[in-house]
Amino acid sequence: MIEVQNVTKRYGQTLAVDDVSFTVEKGEIVGFLGPNAAGKTTTMRIITSYMPATAGKVKVAGYDVFENAMEVKKRIGYLPENPPLYLDMKVEDYLAFTAAINGVDKSAIPREIDRVVELTTLGDMRYRLIRKLSKGFRQRVGLAQALIHDPEVLVLDEPTVGLDPKQIIEVRDLIKELGNDHTIILSTHILPEVSMTSERVVIINKGRIVAEDTPTNLMASLKSGETVQLQVEAPFDDVKATLETMDGVTSVSLDTETSVGENICAVRVDSEPGKDIRKDVAREVVNKNWGLLELKQISLTLEDIFLELTTEEEVQA
Amino acid sequence: MRNTWEIFKRDARSYFSSPIAYVVIALFIAISGFFFYALLSRFLNLQMQAMMQAQQMGRSITINVNQMMVRPLLGNMSIIALFMIPMITMRSFSEDKKSGTMELLLTSPISNTQLIVGKFAAAFALYTSMVIIALVYPVVLMIFGNPEIMPMLMGYLGLLLLGAATVSVGVLISSFTENQIIAAVGTFAIMMLLWMIGWLGSGSGAFSELASYLSIIEHMDDFTKGVFDTAHLVYYASFLFVAVFLTYQSIESTKWRG
Ligand SMILES: Nc1ncnc2c1ncn2[C@@H]1O[C@H](COP(=O)(O)OP(=O)(O)O)[C@@H](O)[C@H]1O
Ligand SMILES: [Mg+2]
Repeated sequence: MIEVQNVTKRYGQTLAVDDVSFTVEKGEIVGFLGPNAAGKTTTMRIITSYMPATAGKVKVAGYDVFENAMEVKKRIGYLPENPPLYLDMKVEDYLAFTAAINGVDKSAIPREIDRVVELTTLGDMRYRLIRKLSKGFRQRVGLAQALIHDPEVLVLDEPTVGLDPKQIIEVRDLIKELGNDHTIILSTHILPEVSMTSERVVIINKGRIVAEDTPTNLMASLKSGETVQLQVEAPFDDVKATLETMDGVTSVSLDTETSVGENICAVRVDSEPGKDIRKDVAREVVNKNWGLLELKQISLTLEDIFLELTTEEEVQA
Repeated sequence: MRNTWEIFKRDARSYFSSPIAYVVIALFIAISGFFFYALLSRFLNLQMQAMMQAQQMGRSITINVNQMMVRPLLGNMSIIALFMIPMITMRSFSEDKKSGTMELLLTSPISNTQLIVGKFAAAFALYTSMVIIALVYPVVLMIFGNPEIMPMLMGYLGLLLLGAATVSVGVLISSFTENQIIAAVGTFAIMMLLWMIGWLGSGSGAFSELASYLSIIEHMDDFTKGVFDTAHLVYYASFLFVAVFLTYQSIESTKWRG
């Protein structure tokens, strides 16, 4: 339903999104997870045809977001990071306006308003001035606006930010419910949020996709320890025999992809989680008088990102 | 068409539900009312003198209401309009840019042209309602005097054309910035420039002619005399067209810049 192919976006010198590719299948709920300034909002603005990418292609429901922007816009309901509200309007008038500019038939507008007011449990707030609403209700009006023309695709940029815990739960339940008959992509910087709402997670950091998996698998890989990559001038069998006996090492394997030259082997050493074995490995290699060409810790990136993500629910007023 | 209408309706409602609209209208009526009163007193004074002279000298002098009252009044009103319109148009795009509703508008299936025309029409509607209220002056003159009607109507048509051109500049400038004050001051500065450039047009030569052609007020002059010249219509229409075109470009380029 959403195909993002090698999308890059620059703002002047800033590289906000760097060669990003992923897809969202029809009916899927995908979480777009990343710390602040990762490029989530930028990617969503490109998907919704708000701004063009510097390079790359995006298709929504088969339509190119650049060449066929109108068709894409008709099919997407978009909740931007800051709900785009006219504070001087009543909720009902605002929804009537957004329905009209999204092409809802005049005669169908009252019915559609009833529908989204009920979905987002706005209740009597529909008669109020938006200026008078709390943050939580404003967020729901933003969501109601995104749903008003019953779009196939929902793009929700940090839909639970700034809500209180009760409202967060309500919004997440609503998203799950909407997931039954919509294709949804929602962004968040809160780790538990994706596992609660999404079937699949795309993790973005500094403009690049760093992982893509189910929430369960990602959580598992987070707990699965670390890997050290090294290049030594020695026979692999000796290296393996020596390193495997070390404290904390779980496995030693030959990295065939990066092996170089005669007598030099690239080795991957996996260790238990939370244990930095680099110093021990280096000491061992030096003791054996092998030539140490390279030693580095890999797959740390994912963990670094997780550290930057909010892992606990913040309670906000 | 429907989209343009919806944008127009929303913006117009928003204008008329904010105090700014009423402040602007009140200011316009107060200032032009002052000029009307001053011109009227001067006119009545002159007429009195003329009558006394006529009695003494035994022949009558008629003083032309159109010449003495209507033309200067329309001239004043066009200058006041240049001051007032920036206060109307400063919200046009700036407010949407500031509040984030621009993101709503630009991700809805409406075209830039529909958006711009709708927004322009709303601001112009507010200006027009101001001009309509100012029709009270010719009505007063018609009740108490005997002015020629055609030149007055032409003058008001000129006011509307001048207003349309000015509103289009205001909408353009408001598309550059999310700051309403900057939008208002910028529009005002440009309109002042387009007014004052006419002062360079008093000499002769190509430059002088160009300066006077560019002057937005200069084109009003014939209208206040009751003369309809399509050249002036063409001037205001092309002015409007260029401003709308540039607004279109401005909105497209915000998209690229983000
Ligand atoms: N309009 C803009 N102009 C310039 N830089 C921008 C703009 N929007 C975002 N950026 C930059 O692009 C990067 C990604 O931002 P964004 O997409 O908003 O990230 P996120 O939504 O994940 O927090 C950041 O470094 C941000 O400063
Ligand atoms: Mg963001």
